[in-house]
Amino acid sequence: MARNVSTQRKLITTAAAWTIGILIFFPILWTFLTSFKTEAQAIASPPTFLFFDWTVENYFEVQSRSDYFKHFMNSVVISFGSTLLGLLIAIPSAWAMAFAPAKRTKDVLMWMLSTKMMPPVGVLVPLYLMFRNTGLLDTRAGLVMVLTLINLPIIVWMLYTYFKEIPGEILEAARMDGASLAKEIIYVLTPMAIPGIASTLLLNIILAWNEAFWTLNLSAARAAPLTAFIASYSSPEGLFYAKLSAASTMAIAPILILGWFSQKQLVRGLTFGAVK
Amino acid sequence: MATLHTRSAARLMMAPSVLLLLAWMIVPLSMTIYFSLLRYNLLMPGMEEFAGLSNYTYFLTDPAFFQAIFNTLAIVLGVLFITVVGGIGLALLLDQPMFGQGIVRILVIAPFLIMPTVAALVWKNMFMNPVNGIFAWLAKLFGLQPFDFLANAPLFSIILIVAWQWLPFATLILLTALQSLDEEQKEAAQMDGAGALSRFIYLILPHLSRAITVVILIQTIFLLSVFAEILVTTNGGPGTQSTNLTFLVYAQALLQFDVGGASAGGIIAVILANIVAFFLMRMIGKTLEA
Amino acid sequence: MKLRTFLLGTCSAVALAGLAQAETLTIATVNNGDMIRMQKLTDDFTSKNPDIQLEWVTLEENVLRQRVTTDIATKGGQYDIMTIGTYEVPIWAKQGWLLPLDNLGPDYDVNDLLPAIRSGLTVDGKLYAAPFYGESSMVMYRKDLFEKAGLTMPDAPTWDFIADAARKITDKDNEIYGICLRGKAGWGENMAFLTATANSFGARWFDENWKPQFDQPEWKNTLDFYVKLMNDAGPPGASSNGFNENLSLFQTGKCGMWIDATVAASFVTNPKESTVADKVGFALAPDTGLGKRGNWLWAWSLAIPAASQKADAAQKFIAWATGKDYLKLVAEKEGWANVPPGTRKSLYENPEYQKAAPFAAMTLESINSADPKNPAVKPVPYVGVQFVAIPEFQGLGTAVGQQFSAALAGQMSVDQALASAQQLTTREMTRAGYIK
Repeated sequence: MARNVSTQRKLITTAAAWTIGILIFFPILWTFLTSFKTEAQAIASPPTFLFFDWTVENYFEVQSRSDYFKHFMNSVVISFGSTLLGLLIAIPSAWAMAFAPAKRTKDVLMWMLSTKMMPPVGVLVPLYLMFRNTGLLDTRAGLVMVLTLINLPIIVWMLYTYFKEIPGEILEAARMDGASLAKEIIYVLTPMAIPGIASTLLLNIILAWNEAFWTLNLSAARAAPLTAFIASYSSPEGLFYAKLSAASTMAIAPILILGWFSQKQLVRGLTFGAVK
Repeated sequence: MATLHTRSAARLMMAPSVLLLLAWMIVPLSMTIYFSLLRYNLLMPGMEEFAGLSNYTYFLTDPAFFQAIFNTLAIVLGVLFITVVGGIGLALLLDQPMFGQGIVRILVIAPFLIMPTVAALVWKNMFMNPVNGIFAWLAKLFGLQPFDFLANAPLFSIILIVAWQWLPFATLILLTALQSLDEEQKEAAQMDGAGALSRFIYLILPHLSRAITVVILIQTIFLLSVFAEILVTTNGGPGTQSTNLTFLVYAQALLQFDVGGASAGGIIAVILANIVAFFLMRMIGKTLEA
Repeated sequence: MKLRTFLLGTCSAVALAGLAQAETLTIATVNNGDMIRMQKLTDDFTSKNPDIQLEWVTLEENVLRQRVTTDIATKGGQYDIMTIGTYEVPIWAKQGWLLPLDNLGPDYDVNDLLPAIRSGLTVDGKLYAAPFYGESSMVMYRKDLFEKAGLTMPDAPTWDFIADAARKITDKDNEIYGICLRGKAGWGENMAFLTATANSFGARWFDENWKPQFDQPEWKNTLDFYVKLMNDAGPPGASSNGFNENLSLFQTGKCGMWIDATVAASFVTNPKESTVADKVGFALAPDTGLGKRGNWLWAWSLAIPAASQKADAAQKFIAWATGKDYLKLVAEKEGWANVPPGTRKSLYENPEYQKAAPFAAMTLESINSADPKNPAVKPVPYVGVQFVAIPEFQGLGTAVGQQFSAALAGQMSVDQALASAQQLTTREMTRAGYIK
């Protein structure tokens, strides 16, 4: 009897969760479907869901107009590069904050986060001039630098909250054994921190991949990532829903797939110290 | 001795990120402050002259200024409300046993991975468009007049789009927190005969309070400078009904090319953001210490 | 040591070869149909000029404008060729930001350019940008719907006739809207249309002393007329419709009339894109009998920023893209109706083009009748039909456009919109030093 009730309940929960899940996912699904329609079908009323003449023409059209792989590679280099560089800088800081906290540590942390609140457009012209003078305009290196700085506070904070949960006694023990600071980090701390680092890495790749202000404004042809690729489809002449959908699918697919596959790692560390 | 050693080592280790962020803050910020005191329009070079505080008075007396502040707050609070309430509900649901939980989680997480520009373009064209959009079709299906979202409820539409993007983030954090709640605790409460509602109020909600503050903190940082969604969908309009502070600065910088005015606007935005940050930090600080 | 010398030698040899062989031009352009077509046809150029390679940066109009303006004003030097319009050319040329196009080759035939278009791109007798396509605006209408309603469109209609016809054609139950007009805020969107329309109602942006004129009855008449007409006979969501949105609406048969850029004529008559291709008629932009019609003048043009290091190669490309042979190339590949219009006299004298493009005569007449030097009925201190050629206009036009867009959306009254337009324009012009 009890089992029956719980199965019934499970079925109801399943139905509710699936309905909500599909509703939330629907805009993306719809974009995906639309990318295989002709332009006329894309705006047909009533809309067609699955029964239309599937075509991949839009993808060929998009590829013939803009070199997807160039933009894709730029996105990969910029998002991975800035994240790795950010981790390299942030890991020691987060370690220090977590294990050798000073009175002002919290303040420093909060101040770091507050640098993220500066509206980027307010400093566009100064930065543009600096980039021009240093020859960094339209280079991947320049974009890697900017995105590293933009996401650094989040990286430090995520790592800090993660490191703090590592029990201090283990470090004490390692120190007793005479491990040097470097060894302590490499052999003791890092293995324990890997899940946190992995999740930080993933979150920041996502943020960097989707950053659209600086990547668009500081690049032209050579370093332009997928955010610039999308900007050439946003409101062209004539019917464009299908082509826009194809371009959108191409721009979001890599990060969507990465996010799905690494979902577990992402979620595990995505606590920001919310769970004690 | 050891602690002294550790402390200086700690300083050394913190140095790179602190110095970099300091440079990242100070260099552009001081240039921005400098520009904000100049009469400097990018389109009229050679006319730069000291302008005192006139850029600030100009920006502060902009008829759209107060509306922009109101809109900024409305977007932050509106999105926070939807994502926190929706996130708690969704987390509670996903915490129940069900079939295919992994797949549902994949579906729910997806909007967070999407570029804001793409999200805004898709919503604007394929959903909210009053002629070709899905919502218009649904309205007609029920014999109603299509509602023109972006013209008649611009701010609400933007909040909706942004909330859709951030709901997964809130849900995930809250779900992780919920899952860390002891099964025993829950059962004990059930034994005590506590109803679902009182269990939620006295057990679950307090347990989630930390997670909720974290959601609020992180999202506020991003929500204060919502930009791409406004640019793509309403361009701040109609009128200035969906102009937030970031967008007002943008209009000054990249439509007027008035670097002086935009810099002043940027500084004002930084100051206001820091006021928000101050209150936020105090609130968070308290919860996080606990 | 040897290896190093060898490597160094190879490197410099490669570098030198690179310099001698291939020069890469970075071209910033807008994502309009004609530009995209050009991008696809560039094999013709690169095969003739194997030493020049092309990199395209294709962006949506607003993004393009902010990117190129930031770059040219800061002398960033990221682009060798920029796609800009009639508004930017005179302002930028005066700043010394553009290189004069004085080496377009013997076959270029500058005198073949339409005088109205050419004069808009010429400063102090020098051509600073070459027109890729030119446009005015005109009425495009559905002959079948007019017939059904028992109406006949005159070649030169008045606004009263247009308004009356629009209301008669409208059939909201079947999603037929009498008239589609721009409503999306932006100096190049709704304000292009409204400024040109205001000219035909006798209004003007500024009087001779740069005093804004939104408090004058002519503007009230214009905006009243526009808002009422669109409420009665316009499509839903008109306040977010720009050129592109209206084009889709018209192509899918939802508009009875559309007053917009002449360049749209080839899109709405193209059976591949338009469901109403064989039912479209054309007429001049309307007037109110005051002597000015509501048609504008614009040319998307190619220009070389002064910071470019590759001016010679850039001029070669511009000569190719805006030359007579390019028109022939497009005609061969896509048919005469699809060549970029509105730049050359010879095109309009070409019988093949006249045959293939039923809109040719009307386009030419519209372009020729636009007068940027005397745009309004009353005298004005500025140049430009649908814009005011001062640097402040982009921001100003967009801010005013926001107000008018709000009036169209019903978020404020016409009077409120005009009052705040007047206020913000006065404020801005005072700050910029025009109003003493």
